[in-house]
Amino acid sequence: MSSIMSRSPWLVHVNANSCNGCDIELLACLTPIYDAERLGVLNIGTPKQADIMLVTGSINYKNMDVVLNIYNQIPNPKVVVAVGACACSGGIFHNCYNVIGGADKIVPVDVFVPGCCPKPETIIEGIAKGAAVLDKKRLEMKQKGIKEVSK
Amino acid sequence: MSIQEIIIRTLVVLIAAPILGCFMAGVDRKISAHLQSRVGPPILQPWYDFRKLMCKEDIVVNKFQNVYIVFYLTFILLSLFMLIFEMDLLMIIFVYTIANVALILAAMSTGSPYSRIGASREIVAMLAYEPVLVFFVIGMYMLTGSFTISSLNNASGPLLTKLPLIFLAMLFIMIIKFKKSPFDLSASHHAHQELIKGMFTDFSGPSMAIIEFSHWYEYVFLTGLMFLFWKENIIIGTLLSLFTFFFVIAIDNISARLSWNWLIKFTWTVVIGLSVINILFVYFYNLKLL
Repeated sequence: MSSIMSRSPWLVHVNANSCNGCDIELLACLTPIYDAERLGVLNIGTPKQADIMLVTGSINYKNMDVVLNIYNQIPNPKVVVAVGACACSGGIFHNCYNVIGGADKIVPVDVFVPGCCPKPETIIEGIAKGAAVLDKKRLEMKQKGIKEVSK
Repeated sequence: MSIQEIIIRTLVVLIAAPILGCFMAGVDRKISAHLQSRVGPPILQPWYDFRKLMCKEDIVVNKFQNVYIVFYLTFILLSLFMLIFEMDLLMIIFVYTIANVALILAAMSTGSPYSRIGASREIVAMLAYEPVLVFFVIGMYMLTGSFTISSLNNASGPLLTKLPLIFLAMLFIMIIKFKKSPFDLSASHHAHQELIKGMFTDFSGPSMAIIEFSHWYEYVFLTGLMFLFWKENIIIGTLLSLFTFFFVIAIDNISARLSWNWLIKFTWTVVIGLSVINILFVYFYNLKLL
């Protein structure tokens, strides 16, 4: 029963000023070649049904509120996966004046998937690692109660 | 109906129907995956999804939205009960309509523009399929002289031989009811940019799990309606149900989503036309199945 969450991780994909490289690789995961759906992964449009938030891009002052808003709309337990060098640390934009640099400055990131851009295999591995974290978070939620975790 | 039979039929509705529906949903995803040359999720994936959704936090926008979802489940369950117990078909269609109205109200109550668009499109879809369901009931009444499904037990032949065009019309209605392409305009999960998830955009965790659960019941109920076309023989009736199911999956995979005005134009000319021709034929030739 420990794999309740990891059998069907549903994704919501947030593009926070990414160059589209990671986004294309991310969507390639769902195509027939890589077929992430065989792990139960669905790219669900709405954050209210998602389990894993995939952030791409270095995040700037314009879209930090959007990222935070989407994160808050995901019901617990939830996991954030930062895809690509930009989302991990800011990448080549890390010291630009308009860039916050890294998803972990805005939301708590559980899994980092480095690479510019990461291969679809790496992204799928990141999702699988994130799904394992989901199971842990669910157990934590059961012990502490849902209110504590939400804080 | 003996007490034993009542118990068996109740068990069929409460236990066998959701298991069958879950299995059908899994087979649907597997076949769709294979048609797109993918491996696809395991057959039990709908069950894994259901189990996971039950463990998630329930975020509500409007405190009444989950009440409507419970109504939806109750009325779907009730319509399947009435179908299995061979009650009045006209009444079944009405009860089934209330279930869909509850779903539309649930989507409307959340207030998100995406669920509103989905709900309004579902109302348009109801406008399209409801007349054909009623024509099906009328056709059955004209042939057997009764609205009750149990009257089909005494009929001299299957409904399909006298209502072939209505069967054809019902096949198209099933595509709308299963919410599959080309008529998946109210709640498609392939239309992210356009309507995110349509009517179900604002449901999370357990309430979404109940919606999925009701969908399993709905799958069984809808294929059960097609079973009535050859109720005399269980095997042929089941084959008709299976044919409907696979027909819907095949059409889903070979067609793109169409707009709602196309849906109205198509159903109110071709599909309703087919049903009216069949009804007129039965009326003028005074066909009976007594």
